[in-house]
Parts: sequence; C-alpha cells; structure tokens
Amino acid sequence: MKRNALAFWGACVLFLAAILVSTELVANEYWFFAGYVILQFIVLSVAWTILGGYAGYVNFGTSAFFGVGVYTAVFLVSTFGAPLPLQIAVAAVVGAILGFAVGLLTLRMQGIFFSIATIALTIIIETTVTNWRELGGAAGIQIQRPPVSPPFHSYVQMLVFVQALLVVLSVAIARYIQNSWIGRGLQALRDDELAAECTGVPTLRLKLTACVISGALMCAAGAPAAMYLQYADPGSAFNLNYSVSVLAMALIGGTAHWIGPVIGAILLGVTQQLLAVTISSEVNVLVLGIMLVLFVIGAPEGIIGLFRNRRGAEGKT
Amino acid sequence: MDLLLQSVVTGVLLGCFYAAVSIGLSVSFGLLDVPHVAHPAFLVMASYAVFFLNDTYEIDPLLAGLLVTPLLFFFGLAAYRLYYETFERRGTDAAVRGIAFFFGVAFIIEVLLILYFGVDQHSVTASYIGKSWRFGGMRIPLRLMVAFAVATGLTLLLAVYLSRTFMGRAIRAVAQDEEAVRLMGANPVRIKQWAFGIATAVLGVAGALLIIVAPVDPTLDRAYIGRTFCVVVMAGLGSMTGTLIAAIILGISETIVLTMFGASWAPAISFALLLGVLAVRPQGLLGRR
Repeated sequence: MKRNALAFWGACVLFLAAILVSTELVANEYWFFAGYVILQFIVLSVAWTILGGYAGYVNFGTSAFFGVGVYTAVFLVSTFGAPLPLQIAVAAVVGAILGFAVGLLTLRMQGIFFSIATIALTIIIETTVTNWRELGGAAGIQIQRPPVSPPFHSYVQMLVFVQALLVVLSVAIARYIQNSWIGRGLQALRDDELAAECTGVPTLRLKLTACVISGALMCAAGAPAAMYLQYADPGSAFNLNYSVSVLAMALIGGTAHWIGPVIGAILLGVTQQLLAVTISSEVNVLVLGIMLVLFVIGAPEGIIGLFRNRRGAEGKT
Repeated sequence: MDLLLQSVVTGVLLGCFYAAVSIGLSVSFGLLDVPHVAHPAFLVMASYAVFFLNDTYEIDPLLAGLLVTPLLFFFGLAAYRLYYETFERRGTDAAVRGIAFFFGVAFIIEVLLILYFGVDQHSVTASYIGKSWRFGGMRIPLRLMVAFAVATGLTLLLAVYLSRTFMGRAIRAVAQDEEAVRLMGANPVRIKQWAFGIATAVLGVAGALLIIVAPVDPTLDRAYIGRTFCVVVMAGLGSMTGTLIAAIILGISETIVLTMFGASWAPAISFALLLGVLAVRPQGLLGRR
C-alpha cells in the first residue's frame, strides 16, 4: 500500500515536470491549445466519474458547471482584475455550492430524472447568463489577461501548468475517494440505494459529498478556460457538447477506477483534436457519438473493463 | 387585457401542439419506462423527412408526415429491439447505460442532419402557411390553427387507441404489471416493441406539425428535450388526459412569459417548469403511482 502511494505521487511529479518541460519546448500555438483542452477534459471526466461512475448518477450538467466556472472567472476579472489562483479558488467554491444545490434539489430523483434535471439546470443557467447584460449577454464578453507571475514567461504556459496541477488534484481526490469508505459507500448506493440505506450507509450525505466534490472540480476546470480564450459567450461556455464529450470519455474509459476517465479523456481528446483539424468539427462529434454508443453496447465496463476481462481469462487458463 | 387574452389563446393552441409532440414520449417513457432522451431527436429527424418530401416532390407537409409514418414505425421496432437486447435483457446497470445510449443516438442524429442538410433553418411550403385569421382584436396564424386541429386529433386518437383497442389495453397492462402479462401467456417484450413502434410512428405527423409551426434546425431537439419531458413528467407518467392538460399549461406559460419578458427567456421556461414539477410533485398531475 505504502509503495503504491509512493509510485502514485512519483508519477504525479514526473507528469508535472514533463508538462513544464514540454511547455518550454513546444512553440506551436496550436499544439499548446490542443494539449490544454485535453488536460481540461481529463479534469472534467475524472470529476464526472466521482458522481457518475462511483455513485451511478448520470450527470448531463457538466456544461452547467463548466460554464459557471468560466463565468465566475469572467466576473472576477472584469470587476476586480483578480489573479488566476483566486479565480480558480472562487470558481471551486461556487461549484461546490452549486453541486450542493443540485444534490439537495435532486435528492429524491434517480436514474433518468436526475439526468433530465441536470440538463434542465444547464439550460436555465445558460438562459440567465444570456440575459445578464453586465456579463456580455448573448454576444459574449472580451476579457484582458492579468499580468503573468514570475516563474512563467507567458500566460498561456502558466495556464497549461495550472490545468496540469488541477489534473493531479482531481486524480488524487478521485483516488482517495475510491480507496476510502466514501468510495465503498458510493458503490453500495450505486448498486442498491435502498439496501445501502437500510444497512446504515449514510446515502444522503455521501451523495451530497459526491455532488459537491464533483461540482467544485468541474467549475475549477472551467475558470482558466476564459483566460485562455480571452473571450466567453454563453452559447459555447454552456454547450451541451461538453456534457456529451465528458460522459463519453468517462464511459469509454471505464468508471470503476480513476484511471478509466483519464484513459478515455486522453484517447478521445487526441482523436477529437486530430479530427477537428483534419476533417471537421461536425465529424468529430459524430465519431464521439458513435464511439459512445458502440462502447455502451459492446464494452459496458469501458476500456479498463476490457483489460480486466482479458486478465481474468488468462488467470483462469 | 387584449394582450393577455391573445397570449392565453395562443398558449392553448401551442399547448395542443406540444401534446402532439409529447404523446410518443408519454408512451415510450411514461408507459414503458424507456429512458428515451432521443425522442426529440427522432422528432426533428421526422421533420427533416417531411421537409425533404415537401422540398423535392412538393408534397403537402401533413401528407408527407403520413407517408413517413410506416417507416418510423419500423425504425421504432428496430430501435426498441436493439435497446432491449443490449440493455433490458442484461439487466444490471441498464438505467445508466441506457440513458448514455439514447443520448449518443440523439447526438448522432443531430450531426447526420447537420452533415446532410447543413446548420441552416428549413421550413416547408403549404397553402395554409403565412395566412392568419382575425377574431375581434386577436390575430391567430392559420398554421397554428392547423397544428392545433391535427394535434388534438392525433392525441385523442392515441388516447382512444390505448383505452379501447385490444393492443392498446395490452400495452397499458404491460405498463401496470409485466409479470402478470407474462403469466397470462402473452409476450411482454413483443407488446412493448409494438408500443415503441407506435410511439415512434406518431412522430411522423408530429414532425410535420413541428415544421409547419416554425422553421426547424438540427439542434432544435435540445429545446424539445425540455418541452417533451416537462409535459410527460407533469402529466404523470403515461396519462393521456394528463398529457393534454400539462401541454396546455406549458403552452400558456410560454406565451405569457414571452409577451412579458421577451423571447430570450423562452428556452428556460419548460426546463424550469420541469424542475419545479420534479421537486414538488414528482408523480405528476395525474400520476399512476
């Protein structure tokens, strides 16, 4: 167990170092952005898995949390010129509150009702932001990046590194949850909520915890996005494509282990970036949809499930 | 006052139209418990089929809707078969993956429509589109009147089918107690497949109404996720009378908010109503449980 933890944190440090070095070496703006988007999707799909995978509540509202993160950052920058760490911290707090609200509102809902309620929330928040003149309304808003802090020589480089830090943070949280009593409790309520409640699992508290953590991470992931693009509009910040992409990444990777959404996000993220450049962004969504449907039908446990099955089969022979 | 009266009347007409686009979901989700998030995408797809027939062969949109109905029926049969074999029969975890499956299907349909027809709005031509009737101070577009008449007819027809015919009663029996139907020697899966076929087939005419009432674009299904699920959940799952009442409530709320606050708030109304119903009265107005 101890060696396992050491290997995990060692890998995290290596990962951060690799990101830092590659931001120094890579000069092409496009690859920078592609890498950033993939990191962002890793955070989002790991966060999604905490609620959707461990607890079995299919959240279609990823774009709501992401968009709220984006607009929290926009609001802080345009009114106070707040620095990036503050934006992310505030976005995480807002996300936690929103997650708590979603949890409270949807306590009695299960399965599809929860999913539909989260879509509803996305559209309602999007419409509110669209009608919010101070935040640019439907036309969107331009923002100025605050000055960059010393160890980094460009703001974009800092954003990539910060997003990589968020990746490490979200994976560490997911790993902790999975290995602790929280994860086991969530798994119990996923398999049978009533039975879990009857055997003394505090289902309500666990569900709320999962909502809060998942929401906070998603919002935190959204905050730097506004700084990267220096522009935000409700149509793209709250786009349902985020919801379906993140859902697909998590389910394709597999939701039983934190490595699943990471694999899914890297695989689909890279495919998406390549397709968007070589063919078109529509084909990209089409491929995403087809892969989601195929995996849901053919490999319900995702990629990690495929590997586990193979290992199981080898063990038997 | 005149404005209020006009918006209430328009709301009632619009509401009957919403009932027509929701009754399919009322059967597939309300009665059969299929998490059919792709219902609005099927609806928009039917609208595009109607647009295609109207645009290339100049067929009347309502007739075109009837023409695509049999195709949709078989499409529905196939879709349910796939869903049943891959999710319902395997049992475990069907809900989570079933929703993801239909969500994926909805996105595939959306993108295929974009790739084939483009992202622009499309509309149909017919003699009754573009004219309007006057009653005193009110102006009612004729297209809305046509939609109202056909939609009401369609909803009543399906309600009668479900309560009077043998197959309709069988469908409701499956919804009430699947095990009992099995014990009576009937095959519940075949009945459900038939019901899902019917639920998809009514989208032919509903899709025609959709494109008669307003121009259609490939991403319109996202707005209708809110409207259709709002109607079905508010109605109380599977209740046909409830569907009509709930749809009229939605129609009136939409037109009133539209005249008072402007069109930019329109997308949120159905979703807000839906959330409200889910939070306050999850069993709906005329719920079966």
